[in-house]
Amino acid sequence: MMGVESQLVHIAGQITLVLLTLAILIAFVRLFIGPDQADRIVALDLISVLIVAYLAALSIYTGQRSYLDVAIAYALIAFLGTVALARFRERLAKERGGSEDTDEEGK
Amino acid sequence: MQSLILRTATRILVSMILVFSVYLLLRGHNATGGGFAAALVAGTGFSLYTMVEGSAAVRRGIRIDPRGLIAAGMAVALVSGLIGLFAGEPFLTGMWCTLSLFGGKEVALGTPLFFDMGVFAIVLGMILTLILSLEEN
Repeated sequence: MMGVESQLVHIAGQITLVLLTLAILIAFVRLFIGPDQADRIVALDLISVLIVAYLAALSIYTGQRSYLDVAIAYALIAFLGTVALARFRERLAKERGGSEDTDEEGK
Repeated sequence: MQSLILRTATRILVSMILVFSVYLLLRGHNATGGGFAAALVAGTGFSLYTMVEGSAAVRRGIRIDPRGLIAAGMAVALVSGLIGLFAGEPFLTGMWCTLSLFGGKEVALGTPLFFDMGVFAIVLGMILTLILSLEEN
């Protein structure tokens, strides 16, 4: 009852979801060990991009269109978090009066 | 912030966020979305614009005081509830009428849409009041 194409999409969706989960886990490792505050911000940004990809793949895999709306909203909003963290870091560097490379000790 | 990339990206992104929030508002009766979620998305766009261009630019852009937006939203939501009351039904009953456009298309217009717009204005006014006063301190 399942066509060859839909079975192909099913298998490809499963592989994609597994690979994206692995990618998110690896990005979490970077978020956890990241020696620098900037590394952690980049890792968070990477995770949010991966989540958008995950939602799009999930929308194809399950056939639910509403996941795509979540992906659109998240893609538009995730940018704000990165900008806010970057701004926080800029202000922190300005208050210390030093260069932006000295951080991590005041957290 | 004085980053050219951020300024350029924000100008495009904020317009897309605002269009998406209108889309969420208008389809809220039939699918996921609605006034509250749409106002949250619009508030995100405005807070991004606040971070990049400053609060004065946002105040110039929205033209009216955010607190006035809250009051206007309350009034719209109240009137959309009262329409049902004047028609002899309980308060906040949804009243519908159908507009026929040219080309045989029909648009269903009802009080729930106006109630949703009221919710949108209230939530957006709250978020803008919060963000602008945080930014100006």
